[in-house]
Amino acid sequence: MDEIAKPDQLLEKLAGNLEKLLGERGIDDPLMVGIHTGGVWIASLLHTRLGISQPLATLDISFYRDDFSRIGMNPRVKPSSLPPQVEDKHIILVDDVLQTGRTIRAAMNEIFDYGRPASITLLCLVDRSGRELPIQADIIGQHLQLGADQHIKLSGPEPLEFVIT
Amino acid sequence: MVNKPTRPTDPLIGNDNWNIQLDSKGRLKHFLTIEGLGSEILTNILDTAESFANVNEQRVKKVPLLRGKTIVNLFFEASTRTRTTFELAAKRLSADILNINISTSATSKGESLLDTLQNLQAMLCDMFIVRHSDSGAAHFIAGNVAPHISVINAGDGRHAHPTQAMLDMFTIRRNKGRDFGGLRVAIVGDILHSRVARSQIHALNILNTGDVRVIAPKTLIPADIEDMGVTVFNDLAAGIKDADVIIMLRLQRERMQGALLPSEHEYYRQYGLTEERLRAARDDAIVMHPGPINRGVEIESRVADGVRSVILDQVTYGISVRMAVMSMVLGREPEADLAGAAE
Repeated sequence: MDEIAKPDQLLEKLAGNLEKLLGERGIDDPLMVGIHTGGVWIASLLHTRLGISQPLATLDISFYRDDFSRIGMNPRVKPSSLPPQVEDKHIILVDDVLQTGRTIRAAMNEIFDYGRPASITLLCLVDRSGRELPIQADIIGQHLQLGADQHIKLSGPEPLEFVIT
Repeated sequence: MVNKPTRPTDPLIGNDNWNIQLDSKGRLKHFLTIEGLGSEILTNILDTAESFANVNEQRVKKVPLLRGKTIVNLFFEASTRTRTTFELAAKRLSADILNINISTSATSKGESLLDTLQNLQAMLCDMFIVRHSDSGAAHFIAGNVAPHISVINAGDGRHAHPTQAMLDMFTIRRNKGRDFGGLRVAIVGDILHSRVARSQIHALNILNTGDVRVIAPKTLIPADIEDMGVTVFNDLAAGIKDADVIIMLRLQRERMQGALLPSEHEYYRQYGLTEERLRAARDDAIVMHPGPINRGVEIESRVADGVRSVILDQVTYGISVRMAVMSMVLGREPEADLAGAAE
């Protein structure tokens, strides 16, 4: 298995790559959206580091999950705080670990229930193996090959650390 | 954590099946009464409702949570607010909902209640929302439906109206914060016939409210009410003194047998909440009412429409709270699957 970098090191790299990509795409006033819980931690650090003027938005995708009928209601669902003016915004969607792609599908569905964004850029701290949907991140901190029975989880917010079980 | 059931104190329904609303893991399978539930479940309902409140601010006011579920509004007694907000809640959760008005349906052709239920079950429904004029009706139905069906009590006789009580708790929490310990709550009016009052008192007690009072003429106070841990007042001014929350109740003329009151006018003179009387309460007191309100009988229009009134907020919050209850009840993982996962 690959060596895992420290989340702090990856953040440095993510911030740089994101700034570059936004420049290339001509996006100057993005709306950053973190997915609960790990994605919000990363998004809030990047949001400060890049000095984004739009307030940070958060998303809890519990109401949009595709496995609700199998695993039921998440007892710790948090409110989403997307601003009503998603319409025509360039969104940077932030999550900690990209695996199956199902969370991102749910997040995009939820965003579209608030309005029609101009674009969505996906940023993930870790892109691990195990994709089940055709979803790819635009900016990735690190790629990891993990077995189907291995789990990676971000603990935090202070300090941010990966836990592999 | 599994909620420990407490001994029922309610004589309106039998002791046989009062606890059927919890499954083997202590989660809500039905929602029939507040009584016997733990503060954890109530807090969970309120927190989940808080999240659903945001859905109502989306451009598309809908989440796909209960897509493909079928819910039946089974109303044996008239209702506008409750039925409509249950219907809206179901629709915002993407469930399909049928409204069945029993007085105009097959039961009036002589079909028994159980036959009606079996026919609805045969249509592969997932949830019944029941309003009935008999106390214990929702428990009876919950005890006689197929195992995959959940029942929510939308008001049974004078027994319970648990979703109303939860939306009232939600309204209090929105205005007064999460800690009910320092609150004085006064419930004014026809306590005797009020399923809302009974459910509210249970909920307020479970959430550790500091001071719960009921205020009414002696004829409208049930004999055993003090056993529920409330203080009884027969004088409005004394009862609402320094109250943080005042809940006004409607006179339920349709349930009154015999002369419990001299006249509506006399009742208003003694128990009607006027702006002048409201001064006895705290400056930041809120005024609630489950509706429908009778202006000039239990409440003055200036109060009902005034700045302290949160009566219309209650209606709005009712949607989120009912969304929370429905999704929690229908969102339990199937118990068979759980057993499988443990292997």
